[in-house]
Parts: sequence; structure tokens; C-alpha cells
Amino acid sequence: MSAVAVETGQWLAEFTQQAAVAPWMQALRERAFQRFAELGFPTTHDEEWRFTNVAPIARAHFANAPATAKLTDAPAAAEPGVAEKYLGKLASFGDNAFVALNTAFLGEVAVIQAPHGAMLEKPIRIDYTATDAAHTAPRTLIVVGADAHCTIVESYSGTGRYFTNAVTEIVAGDRAVVDHYKVQREDEAAFHVATMQVQLGRSANFTTHSISLGGALVRNDVNVLLAEGTEATVNGLYIVNGTQHVDNHTSIDHAQPHGTSHELYKGILDGRSSAVFNGRILVRKDAQKTDSKQTNKNLVLSDDAVIDTKPELQILADDVRCTHGATIGQLDAEALFYLQSRGIGKRQARSLLTYAFAQDVIDRIRVADLREQLEKFLFEKFHEHAQ
Amino acid sequence: MALLEIKDLHATVGEREILKGIDLTVNAGEVHAIMGPNGSGKSTLAQVLAGRELYTVTAGQVTYQGKDLLELAPEDRARAGIFLAFQYPVEIPGVSNMYFLKAALNTIRKSQGLEELDAFDFLTMVRDKMTLMNMDQTLLNRPVNTGFSGGEKKRNEIFQMAVLEPKLAVLDETDSGLDIDALKLVAHGVNTMRSPERSMIVVTHYQRLLDYIVPDFVHVLSGGRIVKSGGKELALQLEKEGYAGLGIADDEEAA
Repeated sequence: MSAVAVETGQWLAEFTQQAAVAPWMQALRERAFQRFAELGFPTTHDEEWRFTNVAPIARAHFANAPATAKLTDAPAAAEPGVAEKYLGKLASFGDNAFVALNTAFLGEVAVIQAPHGAMLEKPIRIDYTATDAAHTAPRTLIVVGADAHCTIVESYSGTGRYFTNAVTEIVAGDRAVVDHYKVQREDEAAFHVATMQVQLGRSANFTTHSISLGGALVRNDVNVLLAEGTEATVNGLYIVNGTQHVDNHTSIDHAQPHGTSHELYKGILDGRSSAVFNGRILVRKDAQKTDSKQTNKNLVLSDDAVIDTKPELQILADDVRCTHGATIGQLDAEALFYLQSRGIGKRQARSLLTYAFAQDVIDRIRVADLREQLEKFLFEKFHEHAQ
Repeated sequence: MALLEIKDLHATVGEREILKGIDLTVNAGEVHAIMGPNGSGKSTLAQVLAGRELYTVTAGQVTYQGKDLLELAPEDRARAGIFLAFQYPVEIPGVSNMYFLKAALNTIRKSQGLEELDAFDFLTMVRDKMTLMNMDQTLLNRPVNTGFSGGEKKRNEIFQMAVLEPKLAVLDETDSGLDIDALKLVAHGVNTMRSPERSMIVVTHYQRLLDYIVPDFVHVLSGGRIVKSGGKELALQLEKEGYAGLGIADDEEAA
């Protein structure tokens, strides 16, 4: 038996033991599992996974457990048939084994629907909590009608060595305004793989912030498809220490003219941690007047931390403005000296500058209590680091 | 006892020797101007006094309040009352001017055995000093020097000096990049702080600043040494005859 068959074979028992679901979902599960069995887990020979070795996930055994979302301030129940209409149509499992695996374990789906023109002022919270040794496949579907406004905060946490394999699909109608946050604070022994697939309507305005703090091995894929005049902001912050590994792959697809995308990912690496940033920007032939900016900045605090950053721009239109830049650096010696020259001790100055590096992303968070919670977390973390 | 005594100070950056034997004595309450062409070592001297690690002191001594200054870390020099107004104030995005200055003031106060100030007491204390420097309160809430104009940055330096109340202020080309109105404002701020207990070293390329901050002594630096010292009239002579009048090229970097 090939390695792929051994690894996927372990999942077959879990797959067949699942509780029954509606026939359409069962059919989707089966197609997805078949595809997962064909693909197997990716290896580092796969370009998309070159710097992230998922062998520790493939070799381990986890007991499947249902992923139950705790919803807070969610709007009234979605229309019947919404899940069936969208699930599996946005996040493709054709070439992504983890999306296929998630789809094969479809069960409870957190469906959030903001009706046409709705103004949902309170942020909608979606919290997933995992337990030791469990495999969960959180699946979230967010359907935002035309002209609707909403704010969504997705959080992932847990205790122990477990595997969370999440898929979130967001579809937003014309002129919709969506402010999305994902906060990943998994156990430092846990595995977290997540794909977010976003499809935006004309002149929609979408913002997402991916805050990645926990996990032993983390992979986040964020894929955003823009329409005409769409504005998308795709930001991220990752902070790793010890032997943590975090991989952020983003893909922004300008399919139509007059789209704008801003992307800022910042990372802080310490200890023997490693991080990957791969930012793909696709400007299709018809997407004239696209305005796209991508920035990845990394602060490396130790000699042993490793960062691989790669912009991947494919520009097929000729009247566009696309910029990108990546930096990898230590704390600015001039800034350190400036702070010290005012009496601030070297350790405090280092922690202040590290905190300030992250603050730049945190400041952009518009949900006040989330921002405060993260500020407090970072302040304590870097204060501790400074001791 | 002199407040500051520099004896035969040599300093290098990398392989290059920039200071080649500086001797200078500053007593309490005195204002010393250090003039010199580009590349003469003026800014290096200022930065060495503040403890910049980029420069290595290879010979000589610096005594401050009777103690070896060169032994102290930059933050300890600041706590002992030394203040450097930077030629190029550093932008620090993500740290508010107020947080920065309050942290600085409180570490200095703590080292002096004084109580730390809370946000309210701090604001009360800095209000007059902001008025002095014609600083808007919004400048306090913005990140340190980030997006400040050249004039705002220099004003912010003098404002910090007013808040931290040093015993020895080293002003490194505080006049560079300022128009005449901004220059007058900065000079007024500095003059307000002159006192018998506070000494200043004013580093400048041009005599212009010294029309407004009138020094007690003027030293001309060339090739890493003080080649001439005198009273304030020396600055006027330089203004008239230029560095060439003393037989010095105006730009030693290029020479």
C-alpha cells in the first residue's frame, strides 16, 4: 500500500462511522472523501506546501468529533436551502486535500445569513472550541445579501493536541459591507488548518483580519474573488515562538475592472519558530483599473527563527496599479537608541517596539472589545518577553 | 567641579577615526556652541555623549558630575540628566508621543526617587510646555514623530527637553531644516530653559542659530579636533569670513 493509502485509510473508518445527514449532504461528503483519498495529504514536493510539512498531521490519529459553533448575536435562522445552495460551491475540494477532508466530514454547519439590506450592528461571534485528541471539521457559511452590513468574529481555541480543519465560505452581494475577523488562539500543541473562500459582489466592501497566535502547526488559506468596483482589505498578524510554525497563503483574484485590494500581513517570530507568507495577486485580462497593494513585514527577534515570504503576482491586464513589498528585519537600532536616550531601559524599549510593530495591525480592528482584548494579550506577552 | 570634562577623546565608526582628541570643559550654566564644517565630527561628538553604540571610543575620558560617563548605558545617561536633541528625530509608528514621553519621564523620576505621574498629572505638567513650544494636543496622541513635518519634529525634541528638564542638553543641529519662524520658536524654547543649573552644548554648522541662542563659548571643530575656541564673537568672525577664513574647507567630507 502506498503512503497515501495508509494515511487516508485511517480516515475511512472515521468517515463511515459518521452520523447520518440529509441525502444531498451525504452525496457531497462521499464525493469529497473520494477526492481526498485520491489526493492524499500534500507533501513538501507540492509547490503550495513547499515550506509546510503536514506529515505530523498525516501520521497522527485523531477521533472525529462534531464541530459545534457557539453563536452569539447571530441574526434569525437562515432561509431553508441556503446551505444546500452554497456548500461546496465556493470552497473547491478539487485540488485541496484539506478542503476535501473537511467536506467529507460535513455535519453541523454554522450558517449566518444577513438578509438583503440588513444593518447588523452587533458583531456576530462564532466560537469553536476543540478538545484533546479530537479531529473537528468546523464549517461556516456566511451569506450576506445585497446592501447588507455585518461584522463577524470567528474564534478558534481548545486544549490539548488536536486537529482542527476548518473551512469558511463567505458570499457577499452587491454593495454589501462585511467586516470579518478570525482569531486563532489554539493550544500550542494543536494543529490548525483553515481555508476561507470569499466571493464578493459588485462594489462590495470586504475587510478581513486574520490573527494567528496559537498552534504548533498552522496553515491559513484566504482566497478572495472580487467583482467590478469591489474593495477588499486582507490583513493578518502572526506571532510565533518556540517551535511553532505558521503558514499564511492568500490569493486575491481581481476578475473584473475597477477593483481595489489592500493587503498587510505582519509577523513576529521568536525562538526557533518559522513562518511562511505567500501572497498571490491575480489580475485577470478584463480587470483594468485594478489598484492593488500588498505588504508583508516580519520582525525576527531571534537568530534561529525562519521566515519564507513570497509575493506571487500574475498581471494580465495592462492598465493597473499593483505594488508589493516584503521586509524581514530586527528591531530598528535607531529607534532603540532614541528610546534609550530618553531614559527608557533597553529591555523596556525592545518590548515597546515589538508591541508597536503589532499595534499597527491591532489599531485597524474596529470591534472595540476584540481590539482591547488583543491589546491586553500583546501587552502582557511582550512585557513578559522583556523581563 | 566642572559638570562635564572631555579629555583627549578619540572615537571611530568602523575603521574610520572621526574624533581625534577632543578636549572640552563645560561648567554648570554655561552654553557652549560647537561649530564646524560637514564631516568635522560635530554630530559624532553629540552622539558619543549620548551613548550611541555605533561609535567606539578608542581613547580619552569623559567625566560627568565627577563620574565616568562612558561606562553608562544610554538610558542611565538620560537618567543622570543628559539629553540629546536629535538632528534627525526617529519616527516610531505604533507608540504614541504621550505614552513615550510619560514612560521616559517616569523612568527618570523613578531613578531620582520621585513618584511616577499618572496620565492626569502628566497632562497637567506638560500643558505649559506645550504652549511654550506651540504644540497642539493632537501631537501628543500621534505616534512619535510619525508623519510630523521637519519643524514639528524639532519642536517635539525641545518639548521633550522641557519636560525631562536635563542638566546637560546637547542640541545636534537643531536649526537644520527650519524656516526663520520655526527657528525663533525653537530658540525661544531653549532660551526659556537656560538657567545656572543647566548647561548646553549647541552643535551647529551655521552662525544663524547663535543669533537667537547666544553662547558663552564657541569652539570650532575641524578634522576631529577643536582647532579654535573663543567667545561669541568667534561665531561672528566665522559668519563674516567663513570656515575658509580659518583655513578650513567648508566640506571636509568632500575634501
